Amino acid sequence: MRPIANTRSEAGIPTGRLAVWWVVASEIVIFGGLLASYVMYRLGNPEWAGHAAHTNVWLGATNTFVLLTSSLSAVLAHQAAVAGDGKKAAKLLYFTCLGAVAFLCIKGFEWTTEIQAGYTITSNTFWSFYYTAAGLHALHVIAGAIIMLIVAETAKRNEELHRVELIGIYWHFVDIVWIFLFPLLYIAK
Amino acid sequence: MAESVQPESAHAHHGEQSFWSKYVFSTDHKMIAMQYMFTGMAMALIGGFMVYVFRMQLAFPGIEVPFYGAVTPARYNTLVTLHGTIMIFWVAMPVLIAAFGNFLIPLMIGCDDMVFPKINRFSYQIFLLSAIVLVASFFVEGGGFGGAWTAYPPLSAKAEYSLTGLGSSLWLVAVALEFVAFLLGGINFVTTVMNARAPGMKMYDIPMVIWMIVIASVLFMASVGPLFAGAVMLFMDQNIGTAFFDPNKGGDPILWQHLFWFFGHPEVYVVLLPAMGISADIICTFARKQLFAYKTFLYTTFGTGVLSFTVWAHHQFIAGIDPRMANIFTVTTLLISIPIAEMCFIYIATLYGGSIRLTTPMLWALAFVAEFLIGGVTGVFLGASGADVYFHDTYFVLAHFHYTFFPIAIIGTFAGFTFWFPKMFGKMMNETLGKIHFWGTIIPFNCIFIPLFVLGAAGQHRRIYSYENFPDLALPQYQDMRVFATTALLVMLGFQLVFFYNCFISWRKKEMDAGRNPWRSNTLEWVAESPPPHGNFPELPHCYRGPYEYGTPGREEDYFPQNLPA
Repeated sequence: MRPIANTRSEAGIPTGRLAVWWVVASEIVIFGGLLASYVMYRLGNPEWAGHAAHTNVWLGATNTFVLLTSSLSAVLAHQAAVAGDGKKAAKLLYFTCLGAVAFLCIKGFEWTTEIQAGYTITSNTFWSFYYTAAGLHALHVIAGAIIMLIVAETAKRNEELHRVELIGIYWHFVDIVWIFLFPLLYIAK
Repeated sequence: MAESVQPESAHAHHGEQSFWSKYVFSTDHKMIAMQYMFTGMAMALIGGFMVYVFRMQLAFPGIEVPFYGAVTPARYNTLVTLHGTIMIFWVAMPVLIAAFGNFLIPLMIGCDDMVFPKINRFSYQIFLLSAIVLVASFFVEGGGFGGAWTAYPPLSAKAEYSLTGLGSSLWLVAVALEFVAFLLGGINFVTTVMNARAPGMKMYDIPMVIWMIVIASVLFMASVGPLFAGAVMLFMDQNIGTAFFDPNKGGDPILWQHLFWFFGHPEVYVVLLPAMGISADIICTFARKQLFAYKTFLYTTFGTGVLSFTVWAHHQFIAGIDPRMANIFTVTTLLISIPIAEMCFIYIATLYGGSIRLTTPMLWALAFVAEFLIGGVTGVFLGASGADVYFHDTYFVLAHFHYTFFPIAIIGTFAGFTFWFPKMFGKMMNETLGKIHFWGTIIPFNCIFIPLFVLGAAGQHRRIYSYENFPDLALPQYQDMRVFATTALLVMLGFQLVFFYNCFISWRKKEMDAGRNPWRSNTLEWVAESPPPHGNFPELPHCYRGPYEYGTPGREEDYFPQNLPA
């Protein structure tokens, strides 16, 4: 049973949305700390550009495309939810999950080839950052996909449709983190 | 009153609950507050026992400490490390923020619960798990982590240096879990206060303690991320073989210090602000006066919060940072004493001309201000990089630090606990015993730490197991001071029995003698019954005015509760 507190909206923003924004804020500083550390090292070690040259920019770019496309379907799901069409919203959320799975598969393939080529997490600090940052991001992709499946389950029955927007906000955040990771880890020379 | 949905009837089916659903898996904010409170107090007893053991070793090197045995050097390191870790992360944080936040926020803003009760329960469960992991780390092979609560690598990163491989990893896991618990809790707190306030409660009608807890939660959220990332990196250095902090393989140990203190310094304000807020509420109630300059107090706090992100490197003046950089951090550090001093002036101005009643909570609140001032003033020496080069890592730092954290975590907690005890349990505490406990804590506290300032100025380094091997520090006049400090500690610990006895007899009392509003205070929690039932208010209150309207002209009573229409 929901407390009355949950139904109030003194700030003019629905409670769930407000909370998700705070979640995003706290996540930004986690990735911010990690990436700031990486950038500081990177500036102090120009030779890391040589290590970065061994990453697969094309697969990284494909993954960027996959993730951005999955965000598009998350937006369309929100649109459907606003229109009250829970079934359609759920379908679009499943499509977004499909994007998450594709992203993880490509990532897995990429990592496998890199590890086989001898670039492991302990090779040097560049690769440590590469696997840590992308790995932490991948955990967020997995978590987001699982939550999305749960949201889609309820949305299908036309219940709790506001949650479609909430998971969408989170998904865009995961997307934006990747937009920072991709150039920093793959492209920066 | 659009919202008189009668929560009483809505919550009525909660009449009979099993022990488990009432005390262990409750989603009620008051029960979760009590869980945090008593877990925190239990951890305080553990941390207090540790300080007893290692202070005995320092005063009487090599003795068999009663109830513990001989202290080996490795055990000494573990004890001081876990004492610091426990007192900050498992006592100050859960009691000041989580316990008081959970108990007070819904009551003081006039609603029935937190906005996310299940997340609230989940947050406590993660916190409990973290406490268990930390205590368990004491008993694993090699013992608990002994590399100081700041966990600097390479000592913390390499098992061959620290000799506590598993202990160090468990320490990190416990701290990271604790961060997750407080992030969840903090999001809940901030969202609740932003959205679930009673109708009519505007920004400047929010009681100061609630403001402080919210700002503290935001500061925590904004600062803990980098350290969370750092904890992941350090964990991988320990267990996978990465080299983020290992200079031999291209890493940098100083990076950890930056990540740690970027969190560590705002963390001081994370725990300070709730104690400041508790004192503000208590001082207003017992001086029967409005808080002098409510808005200034608030803006000052915002200023403190922003500045607190710019001072972290003053912990690293001798870590090899650029002296020009040290100058900048000296300036920011000295700047931050201005808003804090301003807050102290506001307390004094609030007291001025008030009808002061020296009840036990009031004594604690006043002692908080007075003792924290000593901590603040001695901090000036450490914030100035020139003086800090000498004082760094001496007992001067330790004494300064304890003059800030003891007022925050212990005095602030006792102030809040004695003030809201009638609301929590519906019964008054014994005033005489309360005052005995107060003086029995405050006087020995000063007796412990003033000698440590002197020892620190004489050059006594921290984290030394025994000073017998340092001829210039083993002099009898210094040893006498160590014995004096330890004796004072024993006296202080002994007086805590008075507190527990007072709690026990007050709690056992048959009559509910508190009534709704024993202190004749204004804020909304005093409108609810004592103790508040599930759902808090028979009818959710409306808010009509600020929290500190004492001595309103033309009113017969000298207080004006927030919920009464004009």
